Amino acid sequence: MDTDLSSQDRKDLDKFIKFFALKTVQVIVQARLGEKICTRSSSSPTGSDWFNLAIKDIPEVTHEAKKALAGQLPAVGRSMCVEISLKTSEGDSMELEIWCLEMNEKCDKEIKVSYTVYNRLSLLLKSLLAITRVTPAYRLSRKQGHEYVILYRIYFGEVQLSGLGEGFQTVRVGTVGTPLGTITLSCAYRINLAFMSTRQFERTPPIMGIIIDHFVDRPYPSSSPMHPCNYRTTGEDNGATYPSVEDSQEVCTTSFSTSPPSQLIVPGKEGGIPPVLSQPAHGTQADHERMAMCTPLDGALYSAATPSSSEDTETVSNSSEGKSGSPHDLLETIFVRKVGAFVNKPINQVTMASLDIPFAMFAPKNVELEDNDPMVNPPDSPDVESPLQGSLHSEGSSGSSTGNTHDDFVMVDFKPAFSKDDILPMDLGTFYREFQNPPQLSSLSIDIGAQSMAEDLDSLPEKLAVHEKNVREFDAFVETLQ
Amino acid sequence: MNCRSEVLEVSVEGRQIEEAMLAVLHTVLLHRSTGKFHYKKEGTYSIGTVGTQDVDCDFIDFTYARVSSEELDRALRKAVGEFKDALRNSGSDGIGQISLEFYQKKKSRWPFSDECIPWEVWTIKVNVVNLVSEQERQICREKVGEKLCEKLINIVEVMNRHEYLPKMPTQSEVDNVFDTSLKDVQPYLYKISYQITDSLGSSVTTTMRRLIKDTLAL
Repeated sequence: MDTDLSSQDRKDLDKFIKFFALKTVQVIVQARLGEKICTRSSSSPTGSDWFNLAIKDIPEVTHEAKKALAGQLPAVGRSMCVEISLKTSEGDSMELEIWCLEMNEKCDKEIKVSYTVYNRLSLLLKSLLAITRVTPAYRLSRKQGHEYVILYRIYFGEVQLSGLGEGFQTVRVGTVGTPLGTITLSCAYRINLAFMSTRQFERTPPIMGIIIDHFVDRPYPSSSPMHPCNYRTTGEDNGATYPSVEDSQEVCTTSFSTSPPSQLIVPGKEGGIPPVLSQPAHGTQADHERMAMCTPLDGALYSAATPSSSEDTETVSNSSEGKSGSPHDLLETIFVRKVGAFVNKPINQVTMASLDIPFAMFAPKNVELEDNDPMVNPPDSPDVESPLQGSLHSEGSSGSSTGNTHDDFVMVDFKPAFSKDDILPMDLGTFYREFQNPPQLSSLSIDIGAQSMAEDLDSLPEKLAVHEKNVREFDAFVETLQ
Repeated sequence: MNCRSEVLEVSVEGRQIEEAMLAVLHTVLLHRSTGKFHYKKEGTYSIGTVGTQDVDCDFIDFTYARVSSEELDRALRKAVGEFKDALRNSGSDGIGQISLEFYQKKKSRWPFSDECIPWEVWTIKVNVVNLVSEQERQICREKVGEKLCEKLINIVEVMNRHEYLPKMPTQSEVDNVFDTSLKDVQPYLYKISYQITDSLGSSVTTTMRRLIKDTLAL
């Protein structure tokens, strides 16, 4: 096979393949720097631009590539691979892509090395420039910075695709036949990112479960260290302000499965699994925040995912972000009884779910959720009531005070406007009940009725006599009416 | 010689037309442009360097790489702009196609004029959709971005089949193969044309052939 190729051609071909490999690495790594790349065209050949393309050489990248190649060239069974992975600020990493430069045994003896192979390698590099902007990792890399960075690793030998998870996709960039074999450039990329970058969580909730499989130690210890892809922004990722450790650790080191309804796990209490709502976090930053999975701003990650209490948990999560202390205590208190939503009257749920209860700090620890509807029972037990509930009731009252709350619950003495405590020293509920209906007729009341009945009977004849006298007046009156 | 023909179809919103067309056309021309040739006395030539730059789309979640040549970019923008205006003015249907044709000139004897022989034609069929809500527009941004990713992968696949390409010309023939009018890069001779289908779906009512470069001038 080699005898067909002249020594000059062989030398040229080896040189072409070597520099092609180096330029390939440059293109891939530069496309993951997180910035737009711009190089100038030059009509005069400079002599140093391999393949007639203006591709800058980042020295560190060239150094790493040469180190990985160690004087060898891609050959059959020996592929050059560039692994692109993502690393969060907490240190968890995940492989995103593997770019492979391979050589197979299919030779093209007729091809001219110095002309055709060279031009086709140039075309392949242009294709690589196009394809590196098209895979899902590109958009991720453009948003790297505080929460995550993109790393690269070059290795030589057998291609390792196991770190890409299930269902990864492959795109072939192109092939170039040479007298020594066919060079193939391809990319295998994790497809879960496609959903993340396009914010399609709604349709694929199980993705989180898949991704979390890779937030573990690497099965294969890296033969070469990972390197960041952002040379120009080295200051940013190192000096980034990271969220508080305990919250982020909870999120990143645990699974994201939804818990069954019977287990309401309070975040931060057990250090265990904080279940996740099946609905995703909203907002335009949801995609890379979700990737980072470390910021407590993404409140939905903290929620208990009981099916019936989604409304409760959302509001609960918002208040529990990043705090450990009394709101957590309150959270514990409320959920001790494990009351499902909509079991009580809706007003109760709103009241309980809203942690915007004023003076919540003063709320007693034992909270009863049942029968706190003053419409039914006089609320003589300690109760959590929001001004909302008070105002709802006040609408039914006839222009009296609004927002009156129980004195035995709120320590602040409320003096609602227009209240007249001295005249009617009673609470609103009692007042309402009393005056809801017109007062009973005094004649119909039992004790008075009993007395007057006898008197009425006795006075009847007298009354009848009086009326008979005035018959004519009555008749005249009736006539005027007609 | 048969002309290789490739057809791509995209559905875009009105304001995405230009960027989507430019993304596809620039990607094709990236593969079909070389550096400027400099012929030497011995019959050999050297080739200049082609630079690239990334372009972020404003109305599509997409970034593409194009040749760093302002002249080439201007020429494509002009053609795409005319196509977009023609689409918009054609009526509510919004279906049209723009074609990028690579050709070779074949000198003929007098009195016949030079022949233009196409060897590769890229046709992009465009369907313009009208969206009402902002949410639909946001989804469209992402979907069109994904579609363009697929189209670019298709383009790259075709390019790497290494099918017919014109032979590298001698110095006297270079203008029959390449467009040498640009300062910094040298694409193969090309022309862009477009057709708009009117709302009745009948045959083309308006065919305009626009020559971007003055290559047929005698």
